[in-house]
Amino acid sequence: MQSRERVNKTTTNRIALGVIWLAAIATVGALGTILLYVIVNGIGQLTPAFIFSWPHGVNMEGGIWPTIQATLYVTILAMLITTPVAVLAAVYLAEYAVQGRLVQIIRFAADSLASVPSIVMGLFGLAAFVEGMGMGFSVMAAALALAFLLLPIIMRTTEEAIRAVPKYIRWGSYGLGASKWQTVSRIVLPSATPRIITGVILAAGRAAGETAVVIYTMGTMINAPILPTQPGRTMPVHLLLLAQEGINLPAAFGTALLLVLMVLAFNLTARYIVSRNRRMLG
Amino acid sequence: MSDTLASHMTGVIPTDNHANKFSVQKLDFFYGDFNALTDITVGIKENAVTAFIGPSGCGKSTFLRCLNRMNDLIPGTRNEGRVLLDGNDVYAPGVDPVDLRRRVGMIFQQPNPFPMSIYDNVAYGPRLHGVRKKAELDEIVEASLKRANVWKEVKDIMGRGGLTLSGGQQQRLCIARVLAVEPEVLLMDEPCSAIDPTSVQKVEDLMAELKDRITIVIVTHNMQQAARVSDYTAFFLQEVAGEPAHLIEYDRTASIFTSPRDRRTEDYITGRFG
Amino acid sequence: MTLDPKPDDRAVRLSEGSGRPNADAAPSAGSGLSTISRATYFKEAALQNLFLVCACVAVAGVALIFLFVGWRGWPIFAKVGLFNFLGGYVWHPTKGDFGILTLIVNSMLATLGALALGAPLAIGTAVFLSEVANPRIRDLVRPAVELLAGIPSVVYGFFGLVLLRPIIAKFSGGLGFGLFTVWIILAVMILPTIAAISEDALRSVPEGIREASYAMGATKWQTIWRVLLPAAKIGIIDAIILGMGRAIGETMAVVMVAGNAPVIPNGIFAPFLTLTTVIVMDMPYAAGDHRTALFGVAIILFVISMIFVATIRIISRFGKEVG
Repeated sequence: MQSRERVNKTTTNRIALGVIWLAAIATVGALGTILLYVIVNGIGQLTPAFIFSWPHGVNMEGGIWPTIQATLYVTILAMLITTPVAVLAAVYLAEYAVQGRLVQIIRFAADSLASVPSIVMGLFGLAAFVEGMGMGFSVMAAALALAFLLLPIIMRTTEEAIRAVPKYIRWGSYGLGASKWQTVSRIVLPSATPRIITGVILAAGRAAGETAVVIYTMGTMINAPILPTQPGRTMPVHLLLLAQEGINLPAAFGTALLLVLMVLAFNLTARYIVSRNRRMLG
Repeated sequence: MSDTLASHMTGVIPTDNHANKFSVQKLDFFYGDFNALTDITVGIKENAVTAFIGPSGCGKSTFLRCLNRMNDLIPGTRNEGRVLLDGNDVYAPGVDPVDLRRRVGMIFQQPNPFPMSIYDNVAYGPRLHGVRKKAELDEIVEASLKRANVWKEVKDIMGRGGLTLSGGQQQRLCIARVLAVEPEVLLMDEPCSAIDPTSVQKVEDLMAELKDRITIVIVTHNMQQAARVSDYTAFFLQEVAGEPAHLIEYDRTASIFTSPRDRRTEDYITGRFG
Repeated sequence: MTLDPKPDDRAVRLSEGSGRPNADAAPSAGSGLSTISRATYFKEAALQNLFLVCACVAVAGVALIFLFVGWRGWPIFAKVGLFNFLGGYVWHPTKGDFGILTLIVNSMLATLGALALGAPLAIGTAVFLSEVANPRIRDLVRPAVELLAGIPSVVYGFFGLVLLRPIIAKFSGGLGFGLFTVWIILAVMILPTIAAISEDALRSVPEGIREASYAMGATKWQTIWRVLLPAAKIGIIDAIILGMGRAIGETMAVVMVAGNAPVIPNGIFAPFLTLTTVIVMDMPYAAGDHRTALFGVAIILFVISMIFVATIRIISRFGKEVG
């Protein structure tokens, strides 16, 4: 009786652990399938001509350079707008805030902002910046809308980074007669910088891959924007339109692969910074 | 009970030619509603080493952190009573705790070098307080590292990260860092509990060298260490969990260790509890 | 939790120092202690206020979204009535029918199906990462999960469109657009969200609890099932709600594989339109009340996402109370 129970127990254990293994394998398999499929079908497209020339004709033959330029432009601008605000906001929450009603409201707002569907953020950008403030479809309007999307993400990673700086390092600074701001600016922020940068890079990846926000704020016109007041079509929007219209599938695969490579590059850079930092701190 | 103790206490504060650097009068300390320390009255002698001993949780570190207002950094704490530094109340309204902490330096249990080079660690304090010239900084850094007994080990690796040093070297680096801002008082919160024995020796040596010019207060679990390094010893005890801790006995170290007046002190130093 | 009976004293500190500068900033006699200088005080206070303003940008963001989207969308509620808007099941805006009940139901169908597929997979992966995998395999699987989170939604949609849809079309006999395809894509998309947060929750269960369970002769699975998952359940529920939020708000991946017919699908392979995809489909040509209605849909989406956030807050507060 007892031995049968034990057999039962170990069998259940084995089966259950097997199922858990399967779940993990399925997860990795999903990623592998997507990556492999996009790489296999897109790699032939990745020629200098594809990357650096303009598309032409109804079938969008040729390259995708303007969409790359527009993507980089709007991503960098959004990061420039949102990073300082988000980092300082995180400094407030991690270092200055005293638990209370105001902090609760700020946290609830940040969580809400983080969960706003990007399509809603797109319509917000359209109503507020494109039409409300008369910016028209422009890199600026898209960057502002993206900035609100990224704000809570960078705030969260920065706050975690700041909180991860050990208390006793702060004490060392206060114990030497440093003021609060001196301690924050000279000790805490420099110590947290690698992790802050990691968060910022991952957020940039999110911005670069965003579709719903930019399509309603930058438009879909193929243009290589120079001024922030100009419109443009980003790579995700280009991919969406190519796919929806069913034209030029090879170009779509090439664009998809470039997007995936960009995300991969962001991810690996972030990973590298974290691991290098870990080694330095021993 | 604490009243009688206090009157008893004033009688035993050692009187000799040392002046009081700190004099603490009827200090009570609270974490929120919890009264952690009560009725501490003590005079800390100038240019001498005073040791605070007692079992864990007896409030000796908390008391130490009252002296340079480090407890201000913990929300929800407050105290009653007075802490006078050279006769001036450090908790008086308007007093700048930041400047107080420059004058009353602190060494922590865990060596806490900043994640920057050895040189920058020591130069941090002087830079905070406005020293900009490279030559002047070099001079301060070298002098401080020498006083902290760590110069020989680091003089060729000044650009290396402070965190790459061994624990004991890190602690001496932290001492150099504090010395660089020329404090009048050095508070040491179990400075030797996380470092190797050779470094302990070096730290104890440098305490003896420093006390000519600096008032040192050390919190330690190690009674041999208290006996070795200190001139005066204060024994703290929390007798009942949840009740505030208080000062049981304070006297010249020699007297405390050879002829304690209080039964509880004797029990503690002979190892009967704690 | 009122900790400090003297709020003006030190509970609210400006410069980690005492409250305010001495009006007559004169140090007390002798070798007295220096007081806080006005310059230092104002500099530290100004910086703190600057940081506070930055933190309040998040609040301003939420307010602005409500303001601007509400400004554009509100008239539709006034015109057809909130009840008719939410309760009407005919979406035929060019004929003046603005009922979004169908779209709400479709969004729910898409979300619940994706959860049914994705949540077990994600929680399984989380358990794998925190309890089963050895460090080497973990270092392989965790980056995979993070990468899944990083892939742009339009790439998911594209992948679904060009690879998944034809396969599903083959065995279902239709075009391959529809609920089932959306479920699979959304399941993979919400997987990293749920897995990462569930893993955190599992990791925060103290080691001693595991040891106690093993010490009583429990197998690994019994420990996971009877001890760890219950102990981490608040975090896992949070993870699932966040995953739901992500699924219901997802747009571009869905629009590419859903087929986008404004009816309740009559089968899992039938095309359908959701709250998010209706905006993408109609926005290019919508005008007048139709356009207003799309902004109205955006308001509803925003409110739904805030309800999810509030639910998570309530649950975790409740979780703290019970233990």
